[in-house]
Amino acid sequence: MDHLFFFLFGFIAVVCAINVVLQKHPISSALSLIGVMGSIAVLYLQLGAPFIAMAQIIVYAGAVMVLFIFVIMLLNAGSEEQRGRSWTAQLLGIPALLAFLGLVAYYLQRWFSDAGVVKFDNFQGGTAQAVGYALFTDYLLPFEVTSVLILVAILGAIVLARKELD
Amino acid sequence: MEFIVITLIKTAIIAFVLLTTLAYLQWVERKVIAHVQVRMGPSRVGPHGLLQPLADVIKLITKEGVLPPHVNKFFYLLAPFFAVFMALLSISVIPFGTSITLFGHTTAMQMTDLNVGILVILANSSMGVYGIALGGWASNNKYSLLGGLRSSAQMISYELPLSLAVASPLLMAGTLSLREIVNSQAGYYLGFIPKWAIFAMPFPQIFAFLIFMVSAFAETNRIPFDLPEAENELVAGFHVEYSSMKFAAFFMAEYANMVTVCSVATLLFLGGWLPLWPEAYGSNFVCSAILFVAGAICVYHGLNPARPFDRITLPFFGVVFFGLAAVMLVPFLVPVLMPLFWFLAKTGFLLFVFIWIRATLPRFRYDQLMGFAWKFLFPVALLNLLVTGLLVALVS
Repeated sequence: MDHLFFFLFGFIAVVCAINVVLQKHPISSALSLIGVMGSIAVLYLQLGAPFIAMAQIIVYAGAVMVLFIFVIMLLNAGSEEQRGRSWTAQLLGIPALLAFLGLVAYYLQRWFSDAGVVKFDNFQGGTAQAVGYALFTDYLLPFEVTSVLILVAILGAIVLARKELD
Repeated sequence: MEFIVITLIKTAIIAFVLLTTLAYLQWVERKVIAHVQVRMGPSRVGPHGLLQPLADVIKLITKEGVLPPHVNKFFYLLAPFFAVFMALLSISVIPFGTSITLFGHTTAMQMTDLNVGILVILANSSMGVYGIALGGWASNNKYSLLGGLRSSAQMISYELPLSLAVASPLLMAGTLSLREIVNSQAGYYLGFIPKWAIFAMPFPQIFAFLIFMVSAFAETNRIPFDLPEAENELVAGFHVEYSSMKFAAFFMAEYANMVTVCSVATLLFLGGWLPLWPEAYGSNFVCSAILFVAGAICVYHGLNPARPFDRITLPFFGVVFFGLAAVMLVPFLVPVLMPLFWFLAKTGFLLFVFIWIRATLPRFRYDQLMGFAWKFLFPVALLNLLVTGLLVALVS
């Protein structure tokens, strides 16, 4: 059952990810991206991290992507135009892609062939309690630095918008 | 195997009850608003218009579903079903009562008890925005696009105070599972004040409750925050181009969201299925008493009939009410029915408040709506969370 769900949602994630690139309309791409986020959340759930899975859906699939869609709708962006591809891209595209995928597969097999469960240092489990405890003890500095970074970004956005207004 | 069978049975029962509730909520809303405005409300189809929801469903199914030529077909068809799917999904984690034992199988009165239950509901509500936003965009109509934009802006804004208001009772409960949140509110101060989150020490969550309810009105697009479908500005907002069942799907989603937020408010702040006062003072007899009074009123009016056929119908319903009152007293049914009664009573009261406010308040202006969320609700919710966190940390 676990394997079935892993392959099902892994497959959906990959198909949606390819679809993000292939779709011509920005809204279709954005929705495919939501599909990717959703299936990745299911994979987190399978790794035993329910809190992270839900945070993934609330923050990425919910808040972040709603903003994307909001902006696309507001700008009323149309479909992309298809241009003729250059002959180098046509000739080398598929072989280069295959070679790249082969390399990735080879090194993944070589480095992680004996890897069991994924580990992040001494951090165990993905429940809300475990994540909260880790954030406020071992990872306090990165956590606070990230929040300052986000604050800086917000201030930057306000400054930029203000210049436009005046 | 046993697990699957029990889950399927529970799913069937809950889905049936929920969908019937959604249909009849419409009837209740029309009746309540009518009586507030001194009208009769639906009264033609069946006694007191009780078959009106059924007639509405038949009408909506049999109407022609118009597919306008200028819409983006895929997203236009996807949007209503996405909205209704996300709205109905939330009910799966909501507990209605303690547990029930039938034929030797014990099962909780809940479809599934997740240890991140409340987050699942927040996730569903944040995904529900897409149904409305896409519906507005795919219709290819200026009114519906504006409605969809307003709706997504409003829902993102009000999600922040909503989540912060949810977080403070979670701090006091110390868990994310909805069942354990309710269990943590059990008990009484001085023997009669319930330890529900809105009364509980160290910091009563009455402010969080009010913030939650105000944000819930905005999240479900109800008056006074129903800007996405403001008739006088946007014709009908995001569902201008929808007809027949696709239109009904948006309505179902709205009512299902209302039921969900009222249940969540009950679970988080009002102690879920826990009674208002202890069983020692007879909280188990409240339901019977209400039904008994209803039966007595029916019998009295049956004996002094206003219309000829009241002589037969009213005593009949009086006897039915007396029978139900007796059922509520059967000893082995009490532990199952009483939690269910208290849960439904509290949720029903909150749903009534939703309808009451729709009948009473006018609509906000759009800039007032956004300013209210960001300049008032958000800081207050943040302050409330800060004080709660401080006091919880000091006390424990």
